[in-house]
Amino acid sequence: MPSREPARSHPYPGALIVVEGIDGSGKSTQLKLLRRHLEAQGYSILFTEWNSSALVRDTMKVGKKKNLLTPTTFSLLHATDFADRYYYGILPALKAGMIVLADRYVYTAFARDTVRGVEADWVRNLYRFAAKPDLALYFEVPIDVSLDRLMTARARIKYHEAGMDLGLASNTIESFRIFQGRVLDEYARIADEHGLEVVDATTSIEAQQRDVRRLADRVLEEKRALRRIPA
Amino acid sequence: MSPDAMRPRRGLPRVAREETPGKLIVIEGTDGVGRSTQIERLAPWIETRGHAVVQTGWNRSLLVSKLITSAKEGTLLNKVTYTLLYATDFADRLERVVIPALKAGMVVVADRYVGTALARGAVRGVDRAWMQGIYAFAPEPDLTIQMRLGVDALLLRTLDRTRLNYWESGMDQHMGEDIYDSFIEYQGRMISEYDRLAEARGWKVVDAARSIAATQLEIRRIVAPLLGIPGDRIGLEPPPSPDA
Repeated sequence: MPSREPARSHPYPGALIVVEGIDGSGKSTQLKLLRRHLEAQGYSILFTEWNSSALVRDTMKVGKKKNLLTPTTFSLLHATDFADRYYYGILPALKAGMIVLADRYVYTAFARDTVRGVEADWVRNLYRFAAKPDLALYFEVPIDVSLDRLMTARARIKYHEAGMDLGLASNTIESFRIFQGRVLDEYARIADEHGLEVVDATTSIEAQQRDVRRLADRVLEEKRALRRIPA
Repeated sequence: MSPDAMRPRRGLPRVAREETPGKLIVIEGTDGVGRSTQIERLAPWIETRGHAVVQTGWNRSLLVSKLITSAKEGTLLNKVTYTLLYATDFADRLERVVIPALKAGMVVVADRYVGTALARGAVRGVDRAWMQGIYAFAPEPDLTIQMRLGVDALLLRTLDRTRLNYWESGMDQHMGEDIYDSFIEYQGRMISEYDRLAEARGWKVVDAARSIAATQLEIRRIVAPLLGIPGDRIGLEPPPSPDA
């Protein structure tokens, strides 16, 4: 059986910082603010987002629209997307001494795919090639808070975001509550298993950002070979 | 049933083969060894003997076969994304074709199976344990037949029919000065990997150097006991080869 051990620390000069959390946890806002903070210090940065590679974009889109995806193929396509971004972006950037900021990382797959009924060990093995982050921040937030934020921001919850593919409820909001509630439970387990830094995402944006910057600065202090853009 | 109702709402389960009445027959072997020619003749013969046959083959999924084909036209793929896309194709076919057919008591004839994935991965230096973990959901075949041809004969047979192909020559692995050298090196290593798997997993090995009809007869002889087909029915309709 493949090991469930978290990956070992990577040997590269760069730094890998990732944010995790359910939709509406505010993690993207926090990562954007951290990026400004690091750019202001002249660091060379690579930013990468979950499910954004051109390789599988059309397949994912058609698969979602035509309902062709199963939990397993959904999981494998996300892994393909990740591997594409990892080998052509994240890994070269780490080797080049850049700071990689990832909006979602392997833990998103661990949480979501497990809730979709994919075996926990199987999905951990699937992502075994990925380096362990130097800092993984988990933005913890109750369902109601994230739901409020999402409803205010765009008034419509997406089909897969609500886990509608699982047939948990016919109502999107109700399905979102059940699905994301289960994802939260998984995240809690994962945070423990992989040592994610938990940030209370119900406090003010400024207070969270202070914590985030403190944690990031501490990690970066130990990285002597980080590349900076000449002033 | 609507596609939505048919869609599994759980991850791929590990299928206990003793619970599925169907039979899974796998034909493995290198590119150009004649697998599909043999399956074309094998499947109607099994049907003539009264068993329902479902065929499946590498890169035939609804979900990603077009993506794999187009991605291989460029230089988009690295060995990990290559592995993962084929695994997606495989999982899609398992869920939609192979597992339902096995549960329904049909004979599934698979043109390539996990062995091809493992062999290609091994030749490309992909972590073996990682791949085995990914493919752990694959139902065990009842029978795997390796069609075997040495690399020199394989090259001649390939050139007799078509031009050498970039991927089938392992050019992505920079294995030789030119496509000829690369083909010999790549397919040679693939044959070794198939041999290793055949040995470790108890596959039946068929010499593919003989005529289509002779090879077909040998394959039928191997398949017959699994399906309870009497030995005197092996050469019957349809004939092993149109020119037999």
